[in-house]
Formats: sequence, C-alpha cells, structure tokens
Amino acid sequence: MKYEGKVIKYGDNVDTDVIIPARYLNTSDHAELASHCMEDLDKTFVTRVQQGDIITAGFNFGCGSSREHAPIAIKASGISLVIAKSFARIFYRNSINIGLAIVECPEAVDGISEGDKLEADMDNGIIRNLTTGKEYKTAPFPEFVQKIIENGGLINSIAEGIIK
Amino acid sequence: MGMTMTQKILASHAGLETVQAGQLILASLDLVLGNDITSPVAIKEFSKLNKEGVFDKEKVTMVMDHFAPNKDIKAAEQCKMCRDFCGEKEVVHFYDVGKMGIEHALLPEQGLVTSGNVVIGADSHTCTYGALGAFSTGVGSTDMACGMAIGKAWFKVPSAIKFNLTGKLRKYVSGKDVILHIIGKIGVDGALYRSMEFTGEGLSSLSMADRLCIANMAIEAGAKNGIFEVDDITLEYVKSHGAKEPTVYKADEDAVYDEVIDINLSEIEPTVSFPHLPENAKTFKEIGDIAINQVVIGSCTNGRLEDLQESAEIMKGKKCADGVRVIVIPATQQIYLDAMEQGLLKIFIESGAIVSTPTCGPCLGGHMGILTKGERAVATTNRNFVGRMGHVESEVYLASPAVAAASAITGKISSPWEVMNYEV
Repeated sequence: MKYEGKVIKYGDNVDTDVIIPARYLNTSDHAELASHCMEDLDKTFVTRVQQGDIITAGFNFGCGSSREHAPIAIKASGISLVIAKSFARIFYRNSINIGLAIVECPEAVDGISEGDKLEADMDNGIIRNLTTGKEYKTAPFPEFVQKIIENGGLINSIAEGIIK
Repeated sequence: MGMTMTQKILASHAGLETVQAGQLILASLDLVLGNDITSPVAIKEFSKLNKEGVFDKEKVTMVMDHFAPNKDIKAAEQCKMCRDFCGEKEVVHFYDVGKMGIEHALLPEQGLVTSGNVVIGADSHTCTYGALGAFSTGVGSTDMACGMAIGKAWFKVPSAIKFNLTGKLRKYVSGKDVILHIIGKIGVDGALYRSMEFTGEGLSSLSMADRLCIANMAIEAGAKNGIFEVDDITLEYVKSHGAKEPTVYKADEDAVYDEVIDINLSEIEPTVSFPHLPENAKTFKEIGDIAINQVVIGSCTNGRLEDLQESAEIMKGKKCADGVRVIVIPATQQIYLDAMEQGLLKIFIESGAIVSTPTCGPCLGGHMGILTKGERAVATTNRNFVGRMGHVESEVYLASPAVAAASAITGKISSPWEVMNYEV
C-alpha cells in the first residue's frame, strides 16, 4: 500500500477524548463523528484536512478510552495514515481491525514538519519526505496483522474464514 | 523459560503449552462485554458476519451504563439497539436500567468473572477484573463483534512489569493513592503494551475494593492488563459472589520480567493527579490552596461500597462547603441498597451532597455533572484529560474517595489526614 499526503502534526499523549469527545458518542455515524474529529485539541482540523492527509504525532497516540469511534473519525475525515512515535495499545488494535493504516516511526516523526508532503510505501516500509527529500525506514507489520489489513480488517478476515 | 501469570492464562486459553512475549495468539474467551456506547458499533459489525447467534448466550454481556438512564434521544436509540440485539440473540446477561450498574463494578459483583478467565470488553477499563486473577483487557467494538461471533480474540502476548508490594496502607489511604502513585512514577505510557503484575506480602492488606481500583487504572499507565496474584481474599470474594470455580495461575519462579518495582504501601500518602494527565501525581506537600466547584465520588474506579463508607466517615455530621456541588454515585443497584441500609446516603444528603442512580455520567463528560469553562472538580474517576468532564477549559483532579470527601467539606483540594486531624 502507498499513501501520499500533506502532514498534520500533533504532540505526545493525544487521547481519544480529544480525538472524539464523549459528548458526540451518542452516534456511530461515520460522517457525523468525522465532523467533530480532533475538536477539543484542534478546532481547525476539520476545516483544513484533505483526503489522503497524514497525521504525525508523538508518543502514546490514542491513549485513554477504547472507543473505536476515534480511529473511525480519523479515517472518515480522509486521513490515510497515522505515523506516531508510539500508539496506545487499544487504539493500535482498533486501527488494524477497522483498516486504518498506522505505523510507529520515531525518527520520521522528529524529521517531519507540519505541512510537509509525504509518500509512504508500506509494502517496503519506506517513508519519504517529499518536501525535504529525507527517507525513513520502518518495521513491517507481523504477518498475522498484515493478513488482517490485506483482507480489509478483522470482520472480513472472519467472514472469509481466514480467522476461525 | 518461565511464564508470568498473564502468559500462563493466555497459553491455556490458546491451547498451548507455553507462550513467549511477542507471540501472536488466538485465545478463547470466557466473557465478552460491551456498553451502550461501544456495543452499537459492534452490533453493526456483527451484522456483516452473517452469524445467526452469538457464540455463547451466557458469555456475552451488555451493560447500559454510560449514557443511561438515557440522556437524550440518540442515547435512547443506542440503548434500544442493544436491548433489541440482546433480546433477539437471547443474550442472558443484559443489564438495563433497574438491573444495571457501572459495568466494571457490576460484573465481579454479579459473579460473571472468576480467577483464570480471559475477558475482553469494549471499554478500556475492562482491565479491572485482573483484581480477580483473570486476564482481562479493553478492546474496541470490532474485537467485541468478532468475540461475540467466534468466542476468540487475537493477542500479542505481553511482557510484564512486576510490582512487589510490601507494608500496609495507612488510614485514609487506599488503592487509588497506590495506583496514582505508580502512574506518577512510571508515566502514562510506562507500561505500554505490557502487563502489570501485582504480588508480594503487602497484598494481604489490600481489600478487593483496593485491588479492583488498582487494576482498573492499569490502562492509565498504558498497560494491556493489570493482574493480582490470587490469594484467600480473592477466593473468598469469587465464592461469595457466586462466580464459577476459579482456576489459579501463579507466575513461574523463573518468570522473566522487564522490570521489578518495589512499592512500600506504608509510605504511600494521599495523592492527587493534576490536569491533564493521570501521571501528574502530587502529594499534599506539593499542593497549595486550590478552590474547587465540584466533587464527584463514584465511577468504575471508586464507586464501591468501601469507597462510599470511607467518604461517609469523613463527611458525617459536616456540611459541604458553600459553592461546591457534591455528586455521589453508587456504582451498582446493590451498592446503592447497601449504602442506604447502612445509613450512608442519609449522611451524604444531610451534608448537602446529591446521590445519583448508577451511571458513568460525569466521568466521561456525558451527563449528571458537566463542568463549564474555568471550573474545577475533584473526582474519584480515572481520567483528567482535556475536556474529559466537560468544557475544554475545565479541570479534573483525580483523587481517592477520602480526598474527595475531605475536599467537599473544605471547598479546596484537601488531605483527609488534615480534615480528620489524623496524626501520621
């Protein structure tokens, strides 16, 4: 999979309460959730995010509540990939399970600025910063996880009998 | 190579002799939990699987606690969706208003979890049941949907940090102070992807309420699960709540831990976590005069009978400070009833506090006590993130029931030692 987009950059410990505040959890409608994405951290996010954009963030991205509404809101906003120094574990597995591409790469996060253009080739684990020309290597997903992502998430993997 | 408690439970549920940290496994589940916020997403995903029913009608549970009693029409729709699904699929353990309580207080109380179980719940505080010596962890709605369908979930086997507890807690110090102290020490990602295993001679002085509270907040250190070694106190609790026969897993003598951290319970002081991260833990030497507008005593962390007893002891015969709204939320119907019979509710009401029906309500800024711009609350809840209890410019200070009760009386963040004139 290849992703190309402009960077929207955040810091450490971005929690799921700011990604999608609980007051909007009385719905599971993807578009409605997306319309409040990042609202308590960055009110400008929804107006400036464009299809394919890439979020970069620091340590422990997605900490807090297990709400799957958080990766859903990010994905439905048009974000194609999230690169962080580390992810909170529930957010990490939720993203895999719903098919939101995420990758840990601390070096890339440090070397990428807000607004940079990126190209990420996740088959080969290469992130290219098209603005600065720098390149970063990441570890590939374990095979089991790769299989889930290739099959479009956990539900499809079970529906198609890949996981029994 | 020896295995940790968590690794042993996971190995047995994956049908394997041994597992190692980092290994990916598919484990069978003893219980799959969801609430009124996460279950609707799971139900939608479940419907894509073309499964007639859930894998086991006894092993799926839904608890209407977050926005229940329904806070608005949309919340009512979400609860209805859960109610209809559980009715149609004949889910035995569906907890609606009247039967429900806050999920992580309710399930152990109802005997739905026993030692040695593997439990997933579409709620991050599912790690609470580690107090019973179970492996239990929070997941998302898709995992819940798949768990309901096939009774299995994938896990990466975690490594662990061992917490060796010694000593005994002092008066007005409880499990909440212990876990805030630990998170202050290791940070909000200090146990990321790992287990927190609690053991040591100090265990024998910790009540089940203390242990449930500590395990509950393992997630606030990023942990996959928190788990306590099973002892007589655990076995007595499990038995008296009618849970299934426990299976006790003890860590191997040669189990490998990433780290061993010694915690002397005798040294723990009343502790408060400042906005906006649970790791901002301070003791009263570092806390000045901080005026507050609201106190919340309740939640899956601290809404148990022992929490209400401790709060009532401090508030008895005193009045809540002018201008402070004090909200007490017994976590389950049984706790509510017990608190009523023990005269605790009378103490709260006479002091000027209100007592609510069980709900997660204010903890996640849902309803029943939302803060506006510039307001501060002392809460026995588990998160103090930006906007957690309402406005983005409001503040939540996390504390024990004793600190919350003391603060309710003085109107500022206060130590129960000071309010009760307790000589340390």
